[in-house]
Amino acid sequence: MSTQLDQLFEKTRSENRAALIAYIPAGYPTQEGCKAVIDAFADAGVDAIEIGFPYSDPVMDGPTIAEAANTSLMAGTGAKEVFEALAYATSRGIPSVVMTYWNPIEKYGAQKFADSIASNSGSGVITPDLPVDEAQPWKSASQSSGINSIFVVAPSTTDKRLEKVTAQCSGFVYAASLMGVTGARSGISSGAKDLVQRIKKVTKVPVAVGLGVSTREHAKEVAAYADGVIVGSAFINALNSAGSLESGIKAVRTLVEQLALGVREGRA
Amino acid sequence: MSTSSTDTRAGHFGQFGGRYVPEALIGALDELEIAHNAAQKDPEFLAELAHLHKTYSGRPSILTEAKRFAEHAGGARIIFKREDLNHTGSHKINNVLGQALLAKRSGKKRIIAETGAGQHGVASATAAALMGLECVVYMGEEDTKRQSLNVARMKLLGAEVVAVTTGSRTLKDAINEAMRDWVTTVETTNYIFGTVAGPHPFPTMVRDFQKIIGEEARAQVLELTGKLPDAVLACVGGGSNAIGIFYDFIKDANVRLIGLEAGGDGVETGRHAATITGGTPGVLHGARSYLLQDENGQTVESHSISAGLDYPGVGPEHAYLSEIGRTEYRAITDAEAMYAFSLLCKTEGIIPAIETAHALAGALQIGRELGKDATLLINLSGRGDKDVQTAAEYFGIPL
Repeated sequence: MSTQLDQLFEKTRSENRAALIAYIPAGYPTQEGCKAVIDAFADAGVDAIEIGFPYSDPVMDGPTIAEAANTSLMAGTGAKEVFEALAYATSRGIPSVVMTYWNPIEKYGAQKFADSIASNSGSGVITPDLPVDEAQPWKSASQSSGINSIFVVAPSTTDKRLEKVTAQCSGFVYAASLMGVTGARSGISSGAKDLVQRIKKVTKVPVAVGLGVSTREHAKEVAAYADGVIVGSAFINALNSAGSLESGIKAVRTLVEQLALGVREGRA
Repeated sequence: MSTSSTDTRAGHFGQFGGRYVPEALIGALDELEIAHNAAQKDPEFLAELAHLHKTYSGRPSILTEAKRFAEHAGGARIIFKREDLNHTGSHKINNVLGQALLAKRSGKKRIIAETGAGQHGVASATAAALMGLECVVYMGEEDTKRQSLNVARMKLLGAEVVAVTTGSRTLKDAINEAMRDWVTTVETTNYIFGTVAGPHPFPTMVRDFQKIIGEEARAQVLELTGKLPDAVLACVGGGSNAIGIFYDFIKDANVRLIGLEAGGDGVETGRHAATITGGTPGVLHGARSYLLQDENGQTVESHSISAGLDYPGVGPEHAYLSEIGRTEYRAITDAEAMYAFSLLCKTEGIIPAIETAHALAGALQIGRELGKDATLLINLSGRGDKDVQTAAEYFGIPL
């Protein structure tokens, strides 16, 4: 069975370019504002969307996403709102996944969560704090729902372990560009390219790079060696530094347009 | 390989424990596990640690029989294991000396730690000073106010104290921030975890460094009374002092092991930190255990007058021991704990930590239930110097 995400990577590979994957926490900056962000993503050229499930203890996230998630949580975002945002994103014709820490899935029920992803036309779930060693219940649930299970690997992941982790990945492998948490940075770590090359030796699953990617130049650089470029904090920064939701959405749209050029320039 | 008798699969205690962390930390946790297992079998390491216990922190800690306090506990025989007399004032030093020695052996130059009440932070800063390591302690901003004396102690010892301003600004958020630091600095830094929670190998490793409390106490009680105690009591936040004193008694099926959790305003009010009594299974801070959470799996803020117990999680081995019925847990309210705190001051001339006062309140209950023929062993886990301000405010003593 092939998800919309699987089909996307077939398409971008045939176009010899990387896919642009954009992240926004559900309910940020508001429930309605989140839909406006998703519209901007869809209209300006994002290839896939990650809907974040805001969580109280986001150890993998730097201050930008942690604070955005907290704002959304305080406004009452829960599983219902996450699936609504997912349904909205997929209704715009964009392959979409949910990114969530493990406990909200466990609390909701792994099979029920996977089924809800599928019934909202979602392609899969990224689980940043679920090592494959603990993932058996989730693997069974996601396989039975026909959705992708996307795990994160890091520069510290050994070659032997890369084989083990990527064997459990479908959709794409999420390669963390550096040892650290999410957040915009001035440059892409040199370790990212090495990691992607090591991953490519052990799997044919597409590889997307996240953590610290925020500009057209970054996107171009990463697109030269990876199948996908993931951007998150930069959109939140764009929203936060604007004076109004309207100008924030405009800034998001402009950034997407730039990044969409970047992912097409990498292999020129 | 594990040294535990209750580990059912490496790093797991039944359905609890495990590792729920970003992949970036897996290598470091593997390394730590290997280093710990090797050290536990290395006579040189064990001798070095034993030497520090004997000449630096003051082990073995003594037993004190509390006859006047016992009059209020149904006349039961009450025996304290005096971890409050350790250097730095609590059981926390036992674990920290072990982990800091491991860091040194692994060639790490920097240690980080989280702290709630500040006792683990002070112990970490102490060990870092002793061993020449750089030390950064993460502490919730709320706790830096409640425990300002301990903040000053850590600074005097040369540590950097980072006040954490995210989330509820307490221990849970300090752990998040320390984890974020560690993800970034893992090559040069060891994270010295303060309790028997967190991802494997921390629950096992911290237990291994704390079980000396029970090993000593079991022998000491046998020597003093000629028999095993009827019950062993300890307060439980994350659960390190409790596992420490329980562990050597797990094999003694007739000895009741009772953990006293922080009931805050009362478990029924929702304002408490009694994780096993009032929580549900889930994942927090890298392990499956009990936690306080809402219907979306979001961690709920805990409440306790005791900063050291004010934590919405608990160690996975406690969750497992509770599930198999080997241990029992009860909640003690703030008011009950403060009554016991005051009683101990006035009957025995010992000012306990407010954390420890929860175990003392438990002793008053259990003693009355079991009567005068019973013997209770209580872990007097910490002294109350750090709590003088909180207690003075509570009892209306002008400062």
